[in-house]
Amino acid sequence: MFTYYLELALRSLRRNKVLTGLMVVAIALGIGACMTTLTVLHVLSGDPIPAKSARLFYPQLDPQDMDGYREGEEPPEQVTWIDGQNLLKARRAQRQALMTGGAVPVQPAQADVEPFFSDARYTTADFFPMFEVPFLYGQGWSGGDDDAKARVAVITRKLNDKLFGGKDSRGQIVRLKDTAFRVVGVLDDWRPNPHFYDLNMGNYSESEEVFLPLSTSRDLVLPRNGSTNCWGRGGGNDGDQVENATCVWMQFWVELASPADAAAYKTFLENYSREQKALGRFERPVNVRLRNVMQWLDQEKVVPSDVRLQSWLAIGFLIVCLVNTVGLMLAKFLRRAGELGVRRALGASKREIFKQLLIEAGVVGLAGGVCGLLLAFIGLWLVRQQPADYASLARLDLVMLGATFALAVGSSIAAGLLPAWRACQVAPALQLKSQ
Amino acid sequence: MEIKPILAALRQHKAGTILIAMQIALTLAIVCNALFIIQQRVAHLSEPTGIDEPNIFVIQNEWIGQTSSAQADAKLRSDLDVLRRVPGVKDVTTSNSYPLRGGGWDDGVRLSAEQIEDSSDATIYFADEHFLDTLDLKLVGGRNFRADEIQPMSMRDRLAPPVIMVTRALAEKLFPGGSALGKTVYLVGGPATIVGVVDLLQAQSVARWASNFAYRSVIVPRRMAIAEGAFYIVRTQPGQLEPAMIAARKALFADNPRRVWDDKEGILSFAEVRSMAYESDRGMAVLMGVISLVLLAITAAGIVGLTSFWVGQRRRQIGVRRALGATRGDILSYFMTENLLISVGGAVAGAVLAIAMNLWLVTRFEMHRLSLFYVLAGVLMLLLLGQGAVLAPAIRASKVSPVEATRSV
Repeated sequence: MFTYYLELALRSLRRNKVLTGLMVVAIALGIGACMTTLTVLHVLSGDPIPAKSARLFYPQLDPQDMDGYREGEEPPEQVTWIDGQNLLKARRAQRQALMTGGAVPVQPAQADVEPFFSDARYTTADFFPMFEVPFLYGQGWSGGDDDAKARVAVITRKLNDKLFGGKDSRGQIVRLKDTAFRVVGVLDDWRPNPHFYDLNMGNYSESEEVFLPLSTSRDLVLPRNGSTNCWGRGGGNDGDQVENATCVWMQFWVELASPADAAAYKTFLENYSREQKALGRFERPVNVRLRNVMQWLDQEKVVPSDVRLQSWLAIGFLIVCLVNTVGLMLAKFLRRAGELGVRRALGASKREIFKQLLIEAGVVGLAGGVCGLLLAFIGLWLVRQQPADYASLARLDLVMLGATFALAVGSSIAAGLLPAWRACQVAPALQLKSQ
Repeated sequence: MEIKPILAALRQHKAGTILIAMQIALTLAIVCNALFIIQQRVAHLSEPTGIDEPNIFVIQNEWIGQTSSAQADAKLRSDLDVLRRVPGVKDVTTSNSYPLRGGGWDDGVRLSAEQIEDSSDATIYFADEHFLDTLDLKLVGGRNFRADEIQPMSMRDRLAPPVIMVTRALAEKLFPGGSALGKTVYLVGGPATIVGVVDLLQAQSVARWASNFAYRSVIVPRRMAIAEGAFYIVRTQPGQLEPAMIAARKALFADNPRRVWDDKEGILSFAEVRSMAYESDRGMAVLMGVISLVLLAITAAGIVGLTSFWVGQRRRQIGVRRALGATRGDILSYFMTENLLISVGGAVAGAVLAIAMNLWLVTRFEMHRLSLFYVLAGVLMLLLLGQGAVLAPAIRASKVSPVEATRSV
């Protein structure tokens, strides 16, 4: 029966090509717009490090003075050098890393390559194992290198291709800002999205190309990038004395194995704040936060509001397209009242008629879904041409591919329900009489 | 035109009528809000910077190698001299930033040393005595900086200039109703006397977080004497921008090759600066425009489709009416009026929906309240769209011959 109904459906759809085309186009446009924006939203609100995001935490303290204090405010989004170092040395977590962003001039050995700037991350050794950074060659540096302010560097695959032609460059020298660094490791492709460990660099920016020990970067006073917030008398734009300034400018991450550990760490942070207050360094009441990766991204509202707005709009758009399709399908089905009346009179049950019409609606939906998918590919391609830092991420994955089809067929069958039901209500006698 | 029989007929097509009205209502709600978003974005990206945009380009220069503050300052001044000699260049200045750059140093301004909360936020622009001339800023009171007031500033120094200039917007915020000239304000490093007020100068960021101090700037007599980056702002003679940009790059690298310019952002004409600053706003406006157009097209197509079906269904009735003396005009106006009734119903519901949708958007996104003008414009647009869409099927209906009345099907 199914194949017969399918044939009937195709025949009926062929009979009125303009109307059929209109329905398919409407569904395709709605699905295309919806899937484009939802895919972007899906990609942007993804988990940058799914295996560990629940175990990585971002501690926040409030080291500011009482100027401008308001109760219940969030503590600063970064930590000071002193607090960072204290927490780092306390070693209360399984792993911990203190870091900040920067940019260094790279001076290639080849005479024909002009010097260029690379984004850099100055961090402590735990960064690599903690964030499970994949290595192509070698590995990160050790805690000993941190203490020794060693001139060592980890570079990305891209930079390795550029400087060393993609060869295993362990032990090679790379000159950064007139200083020789020994390459100890080359990263494999790695781009966590969002750039969760430092959102000051752009929420979806690419990862840095050069990784250097934090202590080394301070020793050489390498240029920093990112946000610095200062207060009180220690503020200003002190490049060299930023270690002592009352400024927050560093990110500190910890890895905690279990919720119990997290609770214990939070207590530790509170005690630390109390102690600092007793010492007179902190003035405000104890105000600490300990969020894991997803909570932190949520708090920082990393998904651009324009993207969310576009998603809502596209959903509205799809609804209009569906209402349009319902109207057209209703017209189409009711026009065939005579034919349906004959079928009813010949013994077809309401149920059978209903089935037949729903199959017809499903065919329209499937066609619309396929065209919509094509439109979504075009839409995502257009998004990728945009200059936004997340643009290159806009690709359809398997989940969204499945969702597209489910949405297309589901919504067009939903759109077929009302017209099919209305058409079933046709009284056969009335139709036959008017023939 | 009698409305009663039309209403009676519509009651026979409840589902279709409601669907068209619903579609019109939803389209109206979305299009109104989309148009409003477009207007907001376009208004935002048309805000003036206050500078001579067509003739300005910007260079971001960074030195290679360890450079002391004094060396950096000497090199910077030599660069400015080199730039001044480039053919087609009218004037050159150096700063820590420029309007629409996207971010930089913003700081609080206070009226007294004891004050805890800042009186206003402001963009901090470094400037030398050529700043006003290069950017083509108008001084509305006081004087420009003198050459001897311009001091180099390194990372270590505090921002404590004895004299500053402010924009008019900041002056009015700090001293409403009075003159700001000669008054003392407190920057992060200490007190400073206002010696000049410039007319209009936009902030370096046009993002929403910076919108409350969009035109409030403090201009300080300082030069960036640091190795990692100062901006050179160059104003050219009209029409000389492109050759001057090429010549400037050549001249600077010939003078001293030990420098780095970013591939993409090392040297930018101000037109490029502007297009980068407003990329997302422009993209959003275009997207909203496309969505609105497609929605209107789909709605029009839906009306044509459904009305054509109704016309087909009623050929016999139309024939009977024509046989009983109704003119073609009567038939035409019957369908036009029918559509108008449905459209008005849909438009009323749509207007309410548009306002509700806007209120919801205001709570979720940083949007303003929808002005009623947009709702009215949207209603009018959809009524016209409906009438336009129904015209073709209605004309076809009016051509139904009275003979149809006698045919059985």
